Amino acid sequence: MSQSYGELMRSLREQIPVVGVGEVESVVRQPPSADLRSPIVIDVRERYEWDAGHIPNTVHIPRGSLEEHIESVVPDRSRPVILSCQSGARSLLAARTLREMGYTDVANFAGSFEGWRRAGLPIETPAALSDAQRRRYSRHLLIPEVGVDGQKRLLDSKVLLIGAGGLGSPAALYLAAAGVGTVGIVDFDVVDESNLQRQVLHTTDRVGTKKVESAAETIRALNPDVKVIGHDEVLGEDNVERLIAGYDAILDGTDTFEVRYTLNDAAVRAGIPVVHASVFRFEGQLTVFAPGVGPCYRCLYPTPPPPELAPGCSVAGVLGVVPGIMGLVQANELIKLLLGIGDPLIGRLLIFDALDATFTELRLRRDPACPACGHLWGDVADGDGRRPQAITLERSRSGPAGTSAPAGTSAPVQLDGRPAARG
Amino acid sequence: MTQVRIPPVLRASAGGNKQVELEGATVGEVLQQLVDRFPDLRSQLFTEGGELNRFVNVYLNDEDVRYLSELATTAGARDTIVVLPAMAGGSGSAKGRLGEACPAKATLVICGIW
Repeated sequence: MSQSYGELMRSLREQIPVVGVGEVESVVRQPPSADLRSPIVIDVRERYEWDAGHIPNTVHIPRGSLEEHIESVVPDRSRPVILSCQSGARSLLAARTLREMGYTDVANFAGSFEGWRRAGLPIETPAALSDAQRRRYSRHLLIPEVGVDGQKRLLDSKVLLIGAGGLGSPAALYLAAAGVGTVGIVDFDVVDESNLQRQVLHTTDRVGTKKVESAAETIRALNPDVKVIGHDEVLGEDNVERLIAGYDAILDGTDTFEVRYTLNDAAVRAGIPVVHASVFRFEGQLTVFAPGVGPCYRCLYPTPPPPELAPGCSVAGVLGVVPGIMGLVQANELIKLLLGIGDPLIGRLLIFDALDATFTELRLRRDPACPACGHLWGDVADGDGRRPQAITLERSRSGPAGTSAPAGTSAPVQLDGRPAARG
Repeated sequence: MTQVRIPPVLRASAGGNKQVELEGATVGEVLQQLVDRFPDLRSQLFTEGGELNRFVNVYLNDEDVRYLSELATTAGARDTIVVLPAMAGGSGSAKGRLGEACPAKATLVICGIW
């Protein structure tokens, strides 16, 4: 028995219940619930159509892969499913498919996206990535905690590296590979042969060239999405404010106490988090100083050691992989801060021992009398490493943002007041 | 016996030891034993008045003793004391300072890293 397209559609319209704009609007007021009895709206259009704009809080499964993916999105075949497309035709055919697969409560949003748009209801447009970016960052896009929105956020982020040396090199490579859109580098030095044992941004043929130039060349070759801003100067009191202005986060990979204190104080004033690390032979230590959220460098060490006690003014050396490992942990912390995910190393100091292959964690506490950040704490005097109430970083954050995940609702990054150390 | 973990930058002053076992009822007693055994560490850890230097943090297990009972904090046989002095080594961009014999400008530099 053959059937024309018109006949098929007529027959399906008689079989499949229809829902209108009003009902869909009430369903998508909230993100799809974990409650398996609540209705869910599935948009079966193609990717390019979804990317051009879609109804908020709907789930995207292209018609072509509906059979393949529906069971993972809607495991319960009795859950009410509303199908939507551009004008209601493809969604009708999709409804038939779901019925054939045993879904018992399937309805068609007859007006679909066009009807929604005509009604003047809000449309969500996901962050746009180019096809090349989708390919390059495909492994990020697959992670719900990153997804398109997270990747777009990385591309829009600005990170400043203080030093393109042992710590800054591995961090720069991975931050660039991850698609952090702007990488600033402060380094006044030139590449030396003795750097090459660990400073993997630089190459043998670049010995004698400026580190910021060498770094920019390597990063450009790795990922043309990344804009590199080189600052060929020494960070000091006179230029620190200008250098750090506009960055979302800072990697501290410097060598001197002077620079570390100068950077700390300016970053506290500017409210920019600093991912701090230092290394020595086979060991490294690392923490995140987030102004107003946890302790700062001066809380930890209010004063540097006096000159005669500054330990180890000698040829101590370092195993090349140690700054490699610590620099990558710094990159990891930076990406977490930029994405607003996970539990940052705020109020916690991580010590890595390469010989023992151990990571030890110490709890850091803020100093209410800290000359740099004490004023940020008001009367809070619990002595904890973190402020007790929830704190919000400036950047906004989306919910799960996988390629076909429900559109996330915007919410601030919560750096909550959970205990700083957990044993 | 309490374990005391010596940070890498202080090991030269502690006979090269990474960890030492010492007896003492409190953190202060254990650290006293430590500096008796390795006198070079005394000025690194304590002021002339016997207080802990402010550029050194001392932890009992994972907690800063300043938030416990300072040097009077009880130290048990299963505890580990971690000494954590400020340390600056980082990027290795301070080329040229390596060969200098601690010039005045380098007094705040830990020449450990490049």
